[in-house]
Amino acid sequence: MAILECKDLCFSYEGKRVLEGVNFSLNAGDYLCVVGENGSGKSTLIKGLLGLKAPEEGSIKLSDGLKATEIGYLPQQTQVQRDFPASVYEVVLSGCLNSLGSSLFYTKALKQRALENMERMGIDEIKNESYQTLSGGQQQRVLLARALCATKKLLLLDEPVTGLDPIASGEMYNLIKLINLCDNISVIMVSHDIHEAVRYATHILHLGHKQLFFGTAAEYRESSLARRFLGGDRI
Amino acid sequence: MSQLIFMFSYHFMQRALVVGIMVSLCAALLGVSLVLKRYSMIGDGLSHVGFGALAIASALNLAPLAVAVPVVVAAAILLLRLRQNAAVKGDAAIAMISSSALAIGVISLSLSTGMNTELSSYMFGSVLSLSSEDAVLSVILSLAVLSLFLLFYPRLFAVTFDESFSRATGTRTEVYNTLLAVLTAVTVVLGMRMMGALLISSLIIFPALSAMCVCRSFKSVVISSAVISVFCFLVGLVFSYFFETPTGASIVVADLVCYGIFRLLGRK
Repeated sequence: MAILECKDLCFSYEGKRVLEGVNFSLNAGDYLCVVGENGSGKSTLIKGLLGLKAPEEGSIKLSDGLKATEIGYLPQQTQVQRDFPASVYEVVLSGCLNSLGSSLFYTKALKQRALENMERMGIDEIKNESYQTLSGGQQQRVLLARALCATKKLLLLDEPVTGLDPIASGEMYNLIKLINLCDNISVIMVSHDIHEAVRYATHILHLGHKQLFFGTAAEYRESSLARRFLGGDRI
Repeated sequence: MSQLIFMFSYHFMQRALVVGIMVSLCAALLGVSLVLKRYSMIGDGLSHVGFGALAIASALNLAPLAVAVPVVVAAAILLLRLRQNAAVKGDAAIAMISSSALAIGVISLSLSTGMNTELSSYMFGSVLSLSSEDAVLSVILSLAVLSLFLLFYPRLFAVTFDESFSRATGTRTEVYNTLLAVLTAVTVVLGMRMMGALLISSLIIFPALSAMCVCRSFKSVVISSAVISVFCFLVGLVFSYFFETPTGASIVVADLVCYGIFRLLGRK
Protein backbone atom coordinates (compact mmCIF):
# COMPACT_ATOMS: atom_id res chain seq x y z
CA MET A 1 0.00 0.00 0.00
CA ALA A 2 1.39 3.38 -0.99
CA ILE A 3 2.24 5.69 1.87
CA LEU A 4 3.61 8.42 -0.37
CA GLU A 5 2.65 9.37 -3.90
CA CYS A 6 4.18 12.14 -6.00
CA LYS A 7 2.46 13.27 -9.17
CA ASP A 8 4.02 15.58 -11.79
CA LEU A 9 6.10 17.43 -9.24
CA CYS A 10 7.90 20.61 -10.36
CA PHE A 11 10.08 22.88 -8.27
CA SER A 12 11.48 26.31 -9.09
CA TYR A 13 13.83 28.78 -7.45
CA GLU A 14 13.09 32.39 -8.36
CA GLY A 15 11.25 31.39 -11.49
CA LYS A 16 13.94 28.99 -12.64
CA ARG A 17 12.94 25.35 -12.97
CA VAL A 18 15.28 23.08 -11.07
CA LEU A 19 13.28 19.88 -11.11
CA GLU A 20 10.29 18.70 -13.12
CA GLY A 21 8.21 15.69 -14.00
CA VAL A 22 8.72 13.69 -10.85
CA ASN A 23 6.29 10.77 -10.56
CA PHE A 24 6.83 8.01 -8.09
CA SER A 25 5.17 6.21 -5.22
CA LEU A 26 6.50 4.57 -2.13
CA ASN A 27 4.96 1.55 -0.40
CA ALA A 28 5.28 0.70 3.26
CA GLY A 29 8.62 -1.03 3.77
CA ASP A 30 10.24 0.27 0.59
CA TYR A 31 13.83 1.50 0.60
CA LEU A 32 14.17 4.20 -2.05
CA CYS A 33 17.49 5.67 -3.00
CA VAL A 34 17.54 9.03 -4.77
CA VAL A 35 20.64 9.40 -6.92
CA GLY A 36 21.93 11.96 -9.38
CA GLU A 37 24.75 14.41 -9.84
CA ASN A 38 25.29 17.56 -7.78
CA GLY A 39 22.61 20.12 -8.50
CA SER A 40 20.29 17.56 -10.05
CA GLY A 41 17.45 18.47 -7.67
CA LYS A 42 17.86 15.80 -4.99
CA SER A 43 17.93 18.19 -2.07
CA THR A 44 15.06 20.17 -3.54
CA LEU A 45 12.95 17.02 -3.69
CA ILE A 46 13.76 16.27 -0.04
CA LYS A 47 12.73 19.78 0.96
CA GLY A 48 9.51 19.34 -0.96
CA LEU A 49 8.72 16.03 0.72
CA LEU A 50 9.32 17.55 4.14
CA GLY A 51 7.07 20.49 3.38
CA LEU A 52 9.96 22.96 3.62
CA LYS A 53 9.47 24.02 0.01
CA ALA A 54 6.16 24.17 -1.82
CA PRO A 55 6.08 22.53 -5.26
CA GLU A 56 5.26 24.80 -8.16
CA GLU A 57 3.07 22.17 -9.76
CA GLY A 58 1.94 18.66 -8.97
CA SER A 59 1.05 17.03 -5.69
CA ILE A 60 2.58 15.05 -2.88
CA LYS A 61 0.05 12.75 -1.28
CA LEU A 62 0.69 11.10 2.05
CA SER A 63 -1.60 8.28 3.10
CA ASP A 64 -1.92 5.54 5.69
CA GLY A 65 -2.18 8.13 8.46
CA LEU A 66 1.26 9.56 7.74
CA LYS A 67 1.60 13.29 8.35
CA ALA A 68 4.30 15.51 6.89
CA THR A 69 5.40 16.30 10.42
CA GLU A 70 5.88 12.62 11.24
CA ILE A 71 8.72 11.98 8.83
CA GLY A 72 11.96 11.17 10.59
CA TYR A 73 14.54 13.41 8.98
CA LEU A 74 18.32 13.15 9.07
CA PRO A 75 19.65 16.38 7.57
CA GLN A 76 23.12 17.04 6.27
CA GLN A 77 25.21 18.29 9.17
CA THR A 78 25.84 21.98 9.45
CA GLN A 79 28.88 23.68 10.90
CA VAL A 80 26.81 25.04 13.78
CA GLN A 81 25.95 21.57 15.03
CA ARG A 82 29.50 20.32 15.02
CA ASP A 83 30.55 22.68 17.80
CA PHE A 84 27.25 22.73 19.66
CA PRO A 85 27.41 21.92 23.38
CA ALA A 86 24.66 19.36 23.84
CA SER A 87 24.62 15.88 25.33
CA VAL A 88 23.68 12.87 23.22
CA TYR A 89 20.51 12.44 25.27
CA GLU A 90 19.43 16.05 24.74
CA VAL A 91 19.84 15.76 20.98
CA VAL A 92 17.96 12.46 20.71
CA LEU A 93 15.18 13.69 22.98
CA SER A 94 14.64 16.72 20.76
CA GLY A 95 13.39 14.29 18.09
CA CYS A 96 10.29 13.71 20.22
CA LEU A 97 9.30 17.35 19.79
CA ASN A 98 6.57 16.55 17.26
CA SER A 99 4.86 14.26 19.81
CA LEU A 100 4.79 17.03 22.38
CA GLY A 101 1.49 18.45 21.17
CA SER A 102 0.43 21.29 23.36
CA SER A 103 2.31 20.20 26.46
CA LEU A 104 5.40 22.19 27.35
CA PHE A 105 7.77 19.52 28.59
CA TYR A 106 8.73 15.97 27.62
CA THR A 107 6.69 13.27 29.35
CA LYS A 108 8.10 10.08 30.87
CA ALA A 109 6.88 8.05 27.88
CA LEU A 110 8.77 10.29 25.44
CA LYS A 111 11.94 10.12 27.52
CA GLN A 112 11.58 6.32 27.48
CA ARG A 113 11.23 6.39 23.69
CA ALA A 114 14.45 8.40 23.42
CA LEU A 115 16.26 5.90 25.65
CA GLU A 116 15.02 2.93 23.62
CA ASN A 117 16.15 4.49 20.35
CA MET A 118 19.58 5.23 21.82
CA GLU A 119 19.86 1.58 22.83
CA ARG A 120 18.93 0.45 19.32
CA MET A 121 21.58 2.68 17.79
CA GLY A 122 24.13 1.49 20.34
CA ILE A 123 24.73 4.92 21.79
CA ASP A 124 23.10 4.46 25.21
CA GLU A 125 26.50 4.18 26.85
CA ILE A 126 27.57 7.59 25.61
CA LYS A 127 24.26 9.16 26.62
CA ASN A 128 25.85 11.92 28.70
CA GLU A 129 28.78 12.64 26.43
CA SER A 130 28.95 15.82 24.49
CA TYR A 131 27.76 15.60 20.90
CA GLN A 132 30.67 17.72 19.66
CA THR A 133 33.35 15.33 20.95
CA LEU A 134 31.93 12.28 19.14
CA SER A 135 33.33 10.80 15.96
CA GLY A 136 31.51 11.42 12.70
CA GLY A 137 29.97 7.95 12.74
CA GLN A 138 28.71 8.33 16.29
CA GLN A 139 27.25 11.75 15.51
CA GLN A 140 25.31 10.29 12.60
CA ARG A 141 23.97 7.52 14.83
CA VAL A 142 22.82 10.15 17.31
CA LEU A 143 20.99 11.99 14.54
CA LEU A 144 19.52 8.71 13.30
CA ALA A 145 18.22 7.95 16.80
CA ARG A 146 16.69 11.41 16.86
CA ALA A 147 15.03 10.80 13.49
CA LEU A 148 13.61 7.51 14.82
CA CYS A 149 12.06 9.39 17.74
CA ALA A 150 10.19 11.52 15.24
CA THR A 151 8.65 8.73 13.15
CA LYS A 152 7.16 5.28 13.11
CA LYS A 153 6.72 5.05 9.34
CA LEU A 154 9.14 6.97 7.14
CA LEU A 155 12.77 8.02 7.40
CA LEU A 156 14.26 10.62 5.09
CA LEU A 157 18.04 10.62 5.01
CA ASP A 158 20.06 13.31 3.25
CA GLU A 159 23.57 12.06 2.44
CA PRO A 160 23.91 10.10 5.69
CA VAL A 161 27.42 8.80 5.06
CA THR A 162 29.10 11.94 3.73
CA GLY A 163 32.41 12.46 5.49
CA LEU A 164 32.43 9.06 7.18
CA ASP A 165 35.27 6.56 6.82
CA PRO A 166 34.47 3.27 5.02
CA ILE A 167 33.90 1.29 8.23
CA ALA A 168 31.59 3.89 9.73
CA SER A 169 29.65 4.20 6.45
CA GLY A 170 29.27 0.42 6.29
CA GLU A 171 27.88 0.39 9.83
CA MET A 172 25.54 3.24 8.97
CA TYR A 173 24.19 1.42 5.89
CA ASN A 174 23.63 -1.74 7.93
CA LEU A 175 21.81 0.14 10.65
CA ILE A 176 19.54 1.80 8.11
CA LYS A 177 18.79 -1.52 6.42
CA LEU A 178 18.08 -3.07 9.81
CA ILE A 179 15.61 -0.35 10.71
CA ASN A 180 14.01 -0.77 7.30
CA LEU A 181 13.59 -4.54 7.66
CA CYS A 182 12.91 -5.02 11.38
CA ASP A 183 10.66 -2.04 12.05
CA ASN A 184 9.11 -1.94 8.61
CA ILE A 185 9.96 1.75 8.39
CA SER A 186 10.19 3.00 4.81
CA VAL A 187 13.38 4.78 3.87
CA ILE A 188 14.11 7.51 1.36
CA MET A 189 17.81 8.19 1.11
CA VAL A 190 19.72 10.72 -0.95
CA SER A 191 23.15 9.41 -1.80
CA HIS A 192 26.21 10.08 -3.91
CA ASP A 193 27.38 6.57 -3.45
CA ILE A 194 25.56 4.82 -6.29
CA HIS A 195 27.19 1.41 -5.79
CA GLU A 196 26.03 1.14 -2.19
CA ALA A 197 22.66 2.60 -3.12
CA VAL A 198 22.01 -0.16 -5.62
CA ARG A 199 23.18 -2.77 -3.13
CA TYR A 200 20.88 -1.82 -0.25
CA ALA A 201 17.86 -0.14 -1.82
CA THR A 202 14.75 -1.81 -3.17
CA HIS A 203 13.94 1.11 -5.48
CA ILE A 204 15.97 3.78 -7.25
CA LEU A 205 14.96 7.26 -8.32
CA HIS A 206 17.50 8.86 -10.65
CA LEU A 207 17.23 12.64 -11.08
CA GLY A 208 18.88 15.08 -13.45
CA HIS A 209 16.66 18.18 -13.34
CA LYS A 210 13.89 15.79 -14.27
CA GLN A 211 13.08 12.21 -13.47
CA LEU A 212 15.44 10.00 -15.47
CA PHE A 213 14.52 6.70 -13.90
CA PHE A 214 12.21 5.22 -11.31
CA GLY A 215 11.90 1.52 -10.65
CA THR A 216 13.29 -1.35 -8.63
CA ALA A 217 16.99 -1.65 -7.98
CA ALA A 218 17.11 -4.80 -10.13
CA GLU A 219 15.58 -3.01 -13.11
CA TYR A 220 17.94 -0.12 -12.59
CA ARG A 221 20.99 -2.36 -12.74
CA GLU A 222 19.92 -3.52 -16.20
CA SER A 223 19.25 -0.01 -17.51
CA SER A 224 21.61 1.79 -19.85
CA LEU A 225 21.46 4.83 -17.59
CA ALA A 226 22.89 2.88 -14.70
CA ARG A 227 25.65 1.47 -16.84
CA ARG A 228 26.73 4.94 -17.84
CA PHE A 229 26.41 6.30 -14.30
CA LEU A 230 28.25 3.39 -12.75
CA GLY A 231 31.19 3.93 -15.03
CA GLY A 232 30.60 1.15 -17.52
CA ASP A 233 30.80 -1.72 -15.05
CA ARG A 234 27.80 -3.87 -14.39
CA ILE A 235 27.36 -4.69 -10.74
CA MET B 1 31.93 43.15 55.47
CA SER B 2 30.43 46.12 57.29
CA GLN B 3 31.35 48.21 54.28
CA LEU B 4 29.40 45.81 52.07
CA ILE B 5 26.37 46.13 54.32
CA PHE B 6 26.77 49.88 54.27
CA MET B 7 26.97 49.82 50.49
CA PHE B 8 23.64 48.08 50.18
CA SER B 9 21.95 50.42 52.65
CA TYR B 10 21.64 52.90 49.80
CA HIS B 11 18.32 52.58 48.04
CA PHE B 12 19.82 53.00 44.60
CA MET B 13 22.25 50.19 45.31
CA GLN B 14 19.44 47.89 46.40
CA ARG B 15 17.56 48.67 43.23
CA ALA B 16 20.65 48.13 41.13
CA LEU B 17 21.28 44.82 42.89
CA VAL B 18 17.80 43.40 42.31
CA VAL B 19 17.42 44.64 38.73
CA GLY B 20 20.99 43.68 37.90
CA ILE B 21 20.59 40.10 39.07
CA MET B 22 17.35 39.68 37.15
CA VAL B 23 18.74 41.18 33.94
CA SER B 24 21.97 39.16 34.25
CA LEU B 25 19.91 35.98 34.48
CA CYS B 26 17.84 36.87 31.41
CA ALA B 27 20.89 37.87 29.42
CA ALA B 28 22.77 34.70 30.33
CA LEU B 29 19.94 32.34 29.37
CA LEU B 30 19.19 34.05 26.07
CA GLY B 31 22.90 34.48 25.40
CA VAL B 32 23.40 30.73 25.06
CA SER B 33 20.85 30.50 22.25
CA LEU B 34 22.00 33.70 20.57
CA VAL B 35 25.67 32.75 20.52
CA LEU B 36 24.90 29.27 19.20
CA LYS B 37 22.57 30.58 16.53
CA ARG B 38 25.24 33.09 15.45
CA TYR B 39 22.97 35.95 16.46
CA SER B 40 25.46 37.67 18.80
CA MET B 41 25.60 40.80 16.70
CA ILE B 42 21.84 41.25 16.94
CA GLY B 43 22.23 42.01 20.66
CA ASP B 44 24.78 44.67 19.82
CA GLY B 45 22.63 46.18 17.08
CA LEU B 46 19.60 46.27 19.34
CA SER B 47 21.45 48.10 22.08
CA HIS B 48 22.20 50.94 19.66
CA VAL B 49 18.59 51.08 18.61
CA GLY B 50 17.73 51.16 22.31
CA PHE B 51 20.07 54.11 22.76
CA GLY B 52 18.35 55.99 19.99
CA ALA B 53 14.93 55.25 21.49
CA LEU B 54 15.99 56.32 24.99
CA ALA B 55 17.50 59.53 23.67
CA ILE B 56 14.32 60.44 21.81
CA ALA B 57 12.20 59.54 24.84
CA SER B 58 14.23 61.83 27.05
CA ALA B 59 14.16 64.62 24.48
CA LEU B 60 10.35 64.39 24.39
CA ASN B 61 10.08 63.89 28.16
CA LEU B 62 8.45 60.49 27.85
CA ALA B 63 8.91 57.47 30.12
CA PRO B 64 12.14 55.88 28.84
CA LEU B 65 11.27 52.19 29.13
CA ALA B 66 7.76 52.57 27.76
CA VAL B 67 9.22 54.04 24.55
CA ALA B 68 12.32 51.91 24.25
CA VAL B 69 10.78 48.46 24.76
CA PRO B 70 8.34 48.57 21.80
CA VAL B 71 10.85 50.28 19.50
CA VAL B 72 13.56 47.74 20.19
CA VAL B 73 11.15 44.81 19.93
CA ALA B 74 10.13 46.10 16.50
CA ALA B 75 13.78 46.45 15.50
CA ALA B 76 14.49 42.90 16.65
CA ILE B 77 11.72 41.49 14.49
CA LEU B 78 12.93 43.59 11.56
CA LEU B 79 16.52 42.38 11.96
CA LEU B 80 15.35 38.79 12.03
CA ARG B 81 13.35 39.27 8.84
CA LEU B 82 16.35 40.90 7.16
CA ARG B 83 18.47 37.90 8.00
CA GLN B 84 15.98 35.63 6.32
CA ASN B 85 15.72 37.37 2.98
CA ALA B 86 19.04 38.01 1.42
CA ALA B 87 18.34 41.41 -0.16
CA VAL B 88 20.64 43.11 2.33
CA LYS B 89 23.13 40.80 4.00
CA GLY B 90 22.36 40.23 7.67
CA ASP B 91 25.49 41.69 9.19
CA ALA B 92 25.48 44.72 6.89
CA ALA B 93 21.85 45.35 7.84
CA ILE B 94 22.71 45.24 11.53
CA ALA B 95 25.62 47.65 11.09
CA MET B 96 23.41 49.99 9.07
CA ILE B 97 20.54 50.03 11.54
CA SER B 98 22.69 50.28 14.63
CA SER B 99 24.85 53.17 13.48
CA SER B 100 21.81 55.07 12.14
CA ALA B 101 20.02 54.63 15.46
CA LEU B 102 23.10 55.79 17.32
CA ALA B 103 23.37 58.87 15.11
CA ILE B 104 19.70 59.77 15.54
CA GLY B 105 20.05 59.32 19.29
CA VAL B 106 23.10 61.58 19.52
CA ILE B 107 21.43 64.29 17.46
CA SER B 108 18.22 64.27 19.45
CA LEU B 109 20.18 64.41 22.70
CA SER B 110 22.33 67.30 21.55
CA LEU B 111 19.26 69.21 20.34
CA SER B 112 17.44 68.79 23.66
CA THR B 113 19.81 68.70 26.61
CA GLY B 114 23.20 69.15 25.06
CA MET B 115 25.91 66.51 24.99
CA ASN B 116 26.64 65.97 28.64
CA THR B 117 26.27 63.55 31.49
CA GLU B 118 23.02 62.20 30.09
CA LEU B 119 24.77 61.01 26.96
CA SER B 120 27.54 59.33 28.85
CA SER B 121 25.07 57.60 31.18
CA TYR B 122 23.24 56.17 28.17
CA MET B 123 26.42 55.13 26.45
CA PHE B 124 28.19 53.60 29.40
CA GLY B 125 25.42 53.03 31.91
CA SER B 126 24.91 54.21 35.43
CA VAL B 127 23.39 52.58 38.50
CA LEU B 128 22.00 55.97 39.47
CA SER B 129 19.78 56.18 36.42
CA LEU B 130 17.23 53.65 37.69
CA SER B 131 14.12 55.21 39.16
CA SER B 132 11.98 53.04 41.41
CA GLU B 133 9.22 52.81 38.77
CA ASP B 134 11.84 51.66 36.27
CA ALA B 135 13.03 49.09 38.76
CA VAL B 136 9.55 47.64 39.28
CA LEU B 137 8.90 47.47 35.56
CA SER B 138 12.32 45.90 34.99
CA VAL B 139 11.68 43.17 37.56
CA ILE B 140 8.27 42.37 36.07
CA LEU B 141 9.65 42.21 32.52
CA SER B 142 12.63 40.10 33.57
CA LEU B 143 10.32 37.64 35.30
CA ALA B 144 8.30 37.42 32.11
CA VAL B 145 11.45 36.79 30.03
CA LEU B 146 12.70 34.14 32.46
CA SER B 147 9.42 32.26 32.64
CA LEU B 148 8.90 32.30 28.87
CA PHE B 149 12.41 30.97 28.35
CA LEU B 150 11.89 28.16 30.86
CA LEU B 151 8.44 27.23 29.58
CA PHE B 152 9.62 26.94 25.99
CA TYR B 153 12.98 25.45 26.87
CA PRO B 154 12.55 22.14 24.92
CA ARG B 155 11.38 23.98 21.82
CA LEU B 156 14.04 26.66 22.04
CA PHE B 157 16.68 23.95 22.33
CA ALA B 158 15.39 22.16 19.24
CA VAL B 159 15.19 25.36 17.20
CA THR B 160 18.68 26.39 18.30
CA PHE B 161 20.25 23.02 17.61
CA ASP B 162 18.74 22.23 14.26
CA GLU B 163 16.27 24.57 12.67
CA SER B 164 15.58 22.54 9.54
CA PHE B 165 14.88 19.35 11.49
CA SER B 166 12.53 21.21 13.81
CA ARG B 167 10.74 22.79 10.88
CA ALA B 168 10.46 19.46 9.05
CA THR B 169 8.91 17.81 12.09
CA GLY B 170 6.29 20.50 12.40
CA THR B 171 7.72 23.03 14.85
CA ARG B 172 6.85 26.57 13.86
CA THR B 173 10.41 27.79 13.99
CA GLU B 174 9.65 31.34 12.94
CA VAL B 175 7.45 31.71 16.04
CA TYR B 176 10.30 30.64 18.32
CA ASN B 177 12.88 32.73 16.49
CA THR B 178 10.62 35.71 16.92
CA LEU B 179 10.13 34.83 20.58
CA LEU B 180 13.89 34.71 21.00
CA ALA B 181 14.30 38.08 19.30
CA VAL B 182 11.56 39.70 21.37
CA LEU B 183 12.97 38.37 24.64
CA THR B 184 16.42 39.59 23.63
CA ALA B 185 15.06 43.01 22.79
CA VAL B 186 13.39 43.33 26.20
CA THR B 187 16.54 42.16 27.98
CA VAL B 188 18.74 44.58 26.05
CA VAL B 189 16.55 47.53 26.97
CA LEU B 190 16.42 46.53 30.62
CA GLY B 191 20.15 46.02 30.85
CA MET B 192 21.02 49.19 28.98
CA ARG B 193 20.33 51.59 31.81
CA MET B 194 22.91 49.93 33.96
CA MET B 195 25.40 48.62 31.41
CA GLY B 196 25.09 51.30 28.77
CA ALA B 197 24.41 50.89 25.08
CA LEU B 198 28.01 50.13 24.25
CA LEU B 199 28.46 47.40 26.83
CA ILE B 200 25.17 45.53 27.14
CA SER B 201 25.94 42.99 24.45
CA SER B 202 28.84 41.64 26.49
CA LEU B 203 26.38 40.77 29.26
CA ILE B 204 24.66 38.50 26.72
CA ILE B 205 27.71 36.98 25.08
CA PHE B 206 30.38 36.51 27.76
CA PRO B 207 28.65 34.19 30.26
CA ALA B 208 27.53 31.85 27.47
CA LEU B 209 31.03 31.72 25.97
CA SER B 210 32.63 31.08 29.37
CA ALA B 211 30.18 28.29 30.13
CA MET B 212 30.80 26.68 26.74
CA CYS B 213 34.49 26.36 27.53
CA VAL B 214 33.86 23.80 30.24
CA CYS B 215 30.34 22.40 29.93
CA ARG B 216 29.28 19.59 27.67
CA SER B 217 25.51 19.60 27.68
CA PHE B 218 23.10 22.35 26.76
CA LYS B 219 21.44 22.25 30.17
CA SER B 220 24.71 22.61 32.03
CA VAL B 221 25.77 25.44 29.73
CA VAL B 222 22.52 27.27 30.47
CA ILE B 223 22.82 26.77 34.23
CA SER B 224 26.52 27.68 34.44
CA SER B 225 26.01 30.64 32.21
CA ALA B 226 23.33 31.94 34.61
CA VAL B 227 25.57 31.42 37.64
CA ILE B 228 28.59 33.03 35.95
CA SER B 229 26.53 35.97 34.82
CA VAL B 230 25.14 36.75 38.29
CA PHE B 231 28.51 36.21 39.93
CA CYS B 232 30.32 38.55 37.52
CA PHE B 233 27.59 41.14 37.96
CA LEU B 234 28.06 41.09 41.75
CA VAL B 235 31.84 41.29 41.47
CA GLY B 236 31.60 44.17 39.01
CA LEU B 237 29.04 46.04 41.10
CA VAL B 238 31.05 45.77 44.33
CA PHE B 239 34.28 46.65 42.54
CA SER B 240 32.72 49.71 40.96
CA TYR B 241 31.41 50.90 44.33
CA PHE B 242 34.72 50.62 46.15
CA PHE B 243 37.00 51.84 43.39
CA GLU B 244 34.55 54.32 41.92
CA THR B 245 34.76 52.86 38.44
CA PRO B 246 31.81 52.83 36.01
CA THR B 247 29.52 49.89 36.83
CA GLY B 248 28.94 48.61 33.31
CA ALA B 249 32.62 48.59 32.43
CA SER B 250 33.51 46.87 35.70
CA ILE B 251 31.02 44.10 35.00
CA VAL B 252 32.40 43.61 31.50
CA VAL B 253 35.95 43.33 32.85
CA ALA B 254 34.77 40.81 35.48
CA ASP B 255 33.19 38.81 32.65
CA LEU B 256 36.36 39.03 30.60
CA VAL B 257 38.54 37.77 33.45
CA CYS B 258 36.06 34.99 34.11
CA TYR B 259 36.14 34.00 30.44
CA GLY B 260 39.94 33.86 30.55
CA ILE B 261 39.88 31.57 33.57
CA PHE B 262 37.31 29.23 32.04
CA ARG B 263 39.20 29.16 28.78
CA LEU B 264 42.30 27.97 30.61
CA LEU B 265 40.29 25.42 32.61
CA GLY B 266 38.66 24.12 29.45
CA ARG B 267 42.00 23.41 27.78
CA LYS B 268 42.89 20.53 30.08
